[in-house]
Amino acid sequence: MSKAATRQKPASKAVKTSTNGTGKTPDKTVSEDFTDFVEVEQAKAEFNSRRASQLVSIKKTDKKLLRDMLYQMVLGRRFEEKCAEVYRMGKIGGFCHLYIGQEAIGVGSMMALKPTDMVITAYRDHVQAIIKGMRPESVMAELYGKSGGCVGGKGGSMHMFSKELEFYGGHGIVGGQIGVGTGMAYSAKYKNSGQVVMCFFGEAAVNQGMFHESLNMAQLWKLPCIYICENNQYGMGTSQERAMSSRSIAKKAEAFEMANEFVDGMDVMAVREATMRAIERARKDGSPTLLEIRAYRFMGHSMSDPGNYRTRDEIKKYQERDPIVLFGDSLKEAKIFGSKDFEKIESEAVEAVARAVKFADESPFPDESALYTHVYA
Amino acid sequence: MPKLSPTMEEGQIARWVKNEGDNYDSGETLAEVDTDKATMEMTALSGGTLLKILKGAGDTALLGEAIAIIGKAGEDISALLAETASNGSPKAEPPASADGKVATATEDTEETDKATAKTERPVSEHAVASIPRPPTRESQSNGRLIVSPIAARMAAENAIDLKTVTGTGPNGRIIKRDIETALEGGGQPSAASQEPSRIFTPSTVVGASAYTDENTSKMRQIIASRLAESIGPIPTFYLTIEIEMDNTLELRKQVNTSVSEDQKISVNDIVVKAAAMSLIKHSFANASYQDKTIRFYQQADIGVAVAIDEGLITPVIRGANLKGFLEISAEIKDLAAKARAKKLQPEEYTGATFSISNLGMFGIKEFTAIINPPEAGILAVGGAAPTPVVRDGEIVVRNVMNVTMSCDHRVIDGATGAKFLQTFKQMLESPGMMLA
Amino acid sequence: MKALSRMRVHFTLTFTRKFMAVLTIRDALNQALREEILRDENVFVMGEEVAEYDGAYKVTRGLWKEFGDKRVVDTPITELGFAAVGVGAAMAGLRPVIEFMTWNFSILAADQIINHAAKMLYMSGGQFKVPIVFRGPNGSAYQVSSQHSQALEAFYANFPGLKVVMPSTAADAKGLLKSAIRDDNPIIFLEQERMYGLKGEVPEDDDFTIPLGVADIKREGTDCTIVARSMTVPLALQAAEQIQKEFDVSVEVIDPRTIKPLDIETIVNSVKKTNRLVVAEESHAFASVGAEISYQIMDKAFDYLDTPVKRLSTAEAPMPYAKNLEEMALPDVAKIVAAVKEVCYL
Repeated sequence: MSKAATRQKPASKAVKTSTNGTGKTPDKTVSEDFTDFVEVEQAKAEFNSRRASQLVSIKKTDKKLLRDMLYQMVLGRRFEEKCAEVYRMGKIGGFCHLYIGQEAIGVGSMMALKPTDMVITAYRDHVQAIIKGMRPESVMAELYGKSGGCVGGKGGSMHMFSKELEFYGGHGIVGGQIGVGTGMAYSAKYKNSGQVVMCFFGEAAVNQGMFHESLNMAQLWKLPCIYICENNQYGMGTSQERAMSSRSIAKKAEAFEMANEFVDGMDVMAVREATMRAIERARKDGSPTLLEIRAYRFMGHSMSDPGNYRTRDEIKKYQERDPIVLFGDSLKEAKIFGSKDFEKIESEAVEAVARAVKFADESPFPDESALYTHVYA
Repeated sequence: MPKLSPTMEEGQIARWVKNEGDNYDSGETLAEVDTDKATMEMTALSGGTLLKILKGAGDTALLGEAIAIIGKAGEDISALLAETASNGSPKAEPPASADGKVATATEDTEETDKATAKTERPVSEHAVASIPRPPTRESQSNGRLIVSPIAARMAAENAIDLKTVTGTGPNGRIIKRDIETALEGGGQPSAASQEPSRIFTPSTVVGASAYTDENTSKMRQIIASRLAESIGPIPTFYLTIEIEMDNTLELRKQVNTSVSEDQKISVNDIVVKAAAMSLIKHSFANASYQDKTIRFYQQADIGVAVAIDEGLITPVIRGANLKGFLEISAEIKDLAAKARAKKLQPEEYTGATFSISNLGMFGIKEFTAIINPPEAGILAVGGAAPTPVVRDGEIVVRNVMNVTMSCDHRVIDGATGAKFLQTFKQMLESPGMMLA
Repeated sequence: MKALSRMRVHFTLTFTRKFMAVLTIRDALNQALREEILRDENVFVMGEEVAEYDGAYKVTRGLWKEFGDKRVVDTPITELGFAAVGVGAAMAGLRPVIEFMTWNFSILAADQIINHAAKMLYMSGGQFKVPIVFRGPNGSAYQVSSQHSQALEAFYANFPGLKVVMPSTAADAKGLLKSAIRDDNPIIFLEQERMYGLKGEVPEDDDFTIPLGVADIKREGTDCTIVARSMTVPLALQAAEQIQKEFDVSVEVIDPRTIKPLDIETIVNSVKKTNRLVVAEESHAFASVGAEISYQIMDKAFDYLDTPVKRLSTAEAPMPYAKNLEEMALPDVAKIVAAVKEVCYL
């Protein structure tokens, strides 16, 4: 778990100490030199071109669904911001990995699923639990370690579960859930249930043996599993560049002859469309897919160290590519929503988060007897 | 003065069997000692000569206090005499360099015979008793007894002084079989020993009289202190019940027609059994107030009060709930005989869980008995006598026995005591229940 | 409850005596798997070489031919991967039986067993059961050296959430495996390669099960208790016979059968009677199941001991290849006899 903890540490540290001499490594003392592996100008160009394709997708999509998607993204953002706030107040203990900046991935992919489809993810699981249908109250109370939490206070930040909602949990061992998700897909195929499994993991998990063992079996046995690699470019404090010899994750699927796609994780509609193609493959003949969805780490640093290694200018550039801003602007441009609609979504999300905090505050701690329940079935 | 009973703190020399200058062999009786409960024989653990008696008959000595000097004939004991004279402390250790030894409480735990120091271990448990013991010096050299937990427990339960037991385990550890050996043969008085003579005769002369001052016996002192203790701190109450004994008498008659004369059972034997079985059903009556806890016993060890010349003693029928009438009867006869002969071993008269006193044979119809702490109750059983009772509107004659239970209110409440008595009554009125 | 369950088993044994078959432990396990596959459509067997090859140790012999690819599944050599598939499938409602060719390879899959299977029910607040059996041969074989000769029961028994089962007879193997498959918890089912060929009477009854968590007194005695499991059970029984003959000492042999939950009550009752305990085990000594039993006896039966508990384990060294060294490392009848003599002060 210390791995997970360091994942929260500022990327600057890793960057500053990088010595592998690729030439792209920034000077350790000049903060303006901080950069991701995607050049800012290049990304901005991508952003503009994506606006056009996003508009096309938006026009094909049901208006109510679009509203739900935007609401889930805003709710996820506000929820995680509130988590950061109450974490600093000492209401949440242990580890707390936030999803800020990655909302388009969870919303774009999971909202293409049927409610009966199964989802499993790693420890950055609050927002995905909410997207799968969990009440924010239940998630926040779990973060508070209260009896009203989705698992009664036994799991905390990393272990949200709901059997009813087919949410198979947040898991704390990097890569461990990839095999479990593969087994869930095995069950779907065994029972011929028509379900697909969506299995999330970070790019660092790709270096674990489990990734390769799982993809091999999934393709070998044709298991209906959609592997989604949320590539936010840093595993722990180590950049992908320093940890992975071949940086195209999507391409790794080819070693297993598995369908794969690279997707921009800032574009919720692009994520949705790639996911729908993967779901179709899975439902048709049980074929698995690997999606590499690239995210930007423009806010998701540690809560105690809110990114002061970057200039305001730098942050601003990133915020211009905020998936929520991008999606919101497109919806405006397509004349789907007006500013009042946005205000309403915003206030609904803020209220939902406030209700969640109130519920968590008021929920009692677990009864002492809970220590020994659920050890054995 | 050796420790000859678990509760003994001092002993009174009843008589010396050996006189000064007598030689003796290992196992021979040197003296008889009145302890708090019985007259015990003090036997020699190795051969030697009784050089000097320090405490004569009637003298009392604290545990560990020198009572005599033993050694080799003709040995110079002046130094020892001087020491015991100047140092009356019971803890006085005999000088290590002297060949002569002061017989003290520690004497009987010492291995004085070096010939017994063999290192071979016995080959099987069955052979233990006849095989020489390994040395125990290692354990004693650091002054600490090494005892296995079960051996310690058995010793406590059977009131065996571990200091008198030789350990045969590694490093002289006292183990289970050592206790078993002690239980089988340890401390048995020799057959040749005589009943100590008694000279106490109450005066019947009216008026100013001659008298003899007898030292109060240890037993009388203990009875006094225990009973005073009882009437003082123990809040006692009494419950009396009438029991129709006709069926029990019939049962006894049936049993006695089919056994030999010396096996015949008494009413009291049946009463003991009935009480024991009732106790098992009413755990509060088979219990003991232990200040911070109440101790519940799992079996009914019944103390049966036996009158002897000097007072009374309550030999214990262990696990009476598990024994049949004939066995109980035989045990009571045996223990009573031993009690009268003052040959009861400590484990035979201590540690009852409940007691019964029956004065029916003296024509007593009803009385109360005093609890023997730490027990929580005692039954005072009167004689069964033909009594007119009303049955179905008619007066009929039944053999009615009155029983009064003294209850320690710290453990037994009125209702719990009454429930116990109800069961007890039911057992005796329908003795078939004892088989149920 | 325990007494009742034992009575039920004995009753079953008695009742079906006329339908007894003499089977090897291998075939008893095979029968259990077959019957459970037939009984419950959610049961499937997965592992390396379990299907077409008929099982590396032939425990799954004939099952693939009878039931086909769906119920008997060959995997790549990917222990972590197929253990995880089992865990995920169990979470989603199936009842996988995952075979490790030997338990040595389970160490590759320990993350799935310990971090996932054992904790899933707890960290999901009781929502996700993991009814899965991990099974295969544990402990030493014959001269297979260090990496293939490990007894891992203490390792797995240390984790709450797992049950650990170790049969020593054909009947136990069948009855316990059937109970394990029907249990809703992750089960570590440890067999022994050296014992696959041991024969014993097995009830021919589809519903013959032996409850988990109930020890079996394999031999009654009064003077010394030996707690043995798996391979050391037959050794302890031989030792007991020898001691009876040579020293007229009566040895009781208890096989806990389930290491976790451990039926300590049966052991405690025996020690209260005999006052002496020897634990014979195939694992290494340090922090072993024997260490745990010794602690529990100290805790629950201290006042009944006549001697310190004696433990006999495999040498504190990796298993050597050379035959003489291997024999030295392992417990055997002579070592058990010596241990009993020591606690009986013979």
